[in-house]
Amino acid sequence: MPQSKSAAAAAGSLILIAVLVGGVAAAFAYTAGWLSPGRLTANKIVDAFTPPSGPPLGHRRNHSKGVCFTGVFESNGAGAELSRAQIFAPGEYPALGRLNLGTPDPNAADASVRVRGLGLQISAPNGEAWRSAMINAPVFAVSTPQAFYQLLLASKSKDPNAMPTFAAEHPEIAGFAAWAKTGPWTGSYAEERFNSLNSFIFEDSKGTSHAVRWSFVPAAQPVPVSPEELATRGSDFLEQEIAERVQSGAVRWTLIVTAANPGDPTSDPTRPWPQDRRTIAVGTLIARRIEAERDGPCRDINFDPTVLPAGIKTSDDPFPAARSSVYAKSYDLRTAEAADYPRAMTGGAP
Amino acid sequence: MNRLRFTPLQRVLHWVTAVCVLAMLFIGVGMLSTVMPKYLTLVSIHKPLGIAILVLVLIRLAVRLRRGAPPLPADLPEPLKLAAHLSHYLLYILLIAMPLIGWGMLSAAAYPVRMYPGLYLPAILRQSDRLHAILWGAHYYLAFALFALILLHIAAALFHLLVRKDGVFQTMAPVSDPSSK
Repeated sequence: MPQSKSAAAAAGSLILIAVLVGGVAAAFAYTAGWLSPGRLTANKIVDAFTPPSGPPLGHRRNHSKGVCFTGVFESNGAGAELSRAQIFAPGEYPALGRLNLGTPDPNAADASVRVRGLGLQISAPNGEAWRSAMINAPVFAVSTPQAFYQLLLASKSKDPNAMPTFAAEHPEIAGFAAWAKTGPWTGSYAEERFNSLNSFIFEDSKGTSHAVRWSFVPAAQPVPVSPEELATRGSDFLEQEIAERVQSGAVRWTLIVTAANPGDPTSDPTRPWPQDRRTIAVGTLIARRIEAERDGPCRDINFDPTVLPAGIKTSDDPFPAARSSVYAKSYDLRTAEAADYPRAMTGGAP
Repeated sequence: MNRLRFTPLQRVLHWVTAVCVLAMLFIGVGMLSTVMPKYLTLVSIHKPLGIAILVLVLIRLAVRLRRGAPPLPADLPEPLKLAAHLSHYLLYILLIAMPLIGWGMLSAAAYPVRMYPGLYLPAILRQSDRLHAILWGAHYYLAFALFALILLHIAAALFHLLVRKDGVFQTMAPVSDPSSK
């Protein structure tokens, strides 16, 4: 074979190899989103939470202020009708939780934060865990993760028209806005009702699916207190109050599961279900011990609402997936920043 | 031992691992790029697939230690032989390390290591934010190193097939080449 012809063939082969390998690399770059700057990622949402003063290093990127508790979930067995998860069989299961405030500022004054939250893990003897993160608002502010990202940007914007424009484009925010404006404030985490907002699917032992939402309803009677009055109580009054209250007796919430009727909106957490839907009280959450977050057992737990036992699944609600990816990003960041939030009692040096 | 090709079992294991590992890398970067519901689907595949790859690669390693490999062509320049050997050591190390790092990372974060609804692996590390941070970083950056190494592996295999035409590709080809008989 003439020299030049084989050289040309080799050059052609090299080009073919470059094209094939380059094609695989390009497909990888596309999958990673590097060619799609418009794709909504966990990084973008985490960045959008960042206050002008910078991220709360070592802390959760939102709901950054909180306090740990441990206790039990006493299941009365009624939930077994809807879900075969072991935690709905009658019995007592260990519970680990975090009462928290919906703010990216871990030093925020308690009276300044409208949204209060409950992160919870209930552990079953078979090793499974049910994690969830709930808030005291009765409905969520927006219908989709994309709209939530736009809301974060609008609320941070220096443009005075940003929020009115957003609200005009997203009328579904009205329910949340009405609660934020007129809903009662209380002086205690123990008086708050914490709602799943997102819909999930419970699967019973026969394999039948039930779309549900749930709430932890306080045993303590809520006493409305004006935000002005709360502002006089000191910056950490909620943490102090719950610690004192638990010390003088366990604090309880009843877990109420609401089952949807066919056709109820499961994919949109701004839309409440009609009041007459069937509800089942399935058990009682009992907080027995409060611990500061810094050295507490909830600190390094990601209350990812998609950590679910067999018998509970996500629904067509798009939020749990988005929350899972964003919570994971927040977790990866804060565990790498632990030095910025040092433990008081480290395992190493005395 | 001076065979022309890898054994049929070795070839099957190679190509099954190849498909799994490429899928794994694409799933890995894909799941980090989205907040849509497919995120959960991708994560739920990523974990059991990683463990499957770990098992496959350990089987491969055992078979390889028993059955060996066909020799490289005698006329392959020494630096290329060295590169071939080193890159294969690295591939084995990364393919075994990546699933273990992922498993350790989930353990250190106290996440349940779920293979399937109701089926879990035990934690292999105690809960630790520091370990989680180190392992997360290792898992992330080594994934790109592994992908780069695989691109190099593909390029080298095609170089043997199309440019050197020295029979190295045929030693691992999924089907036998009738023209080489």
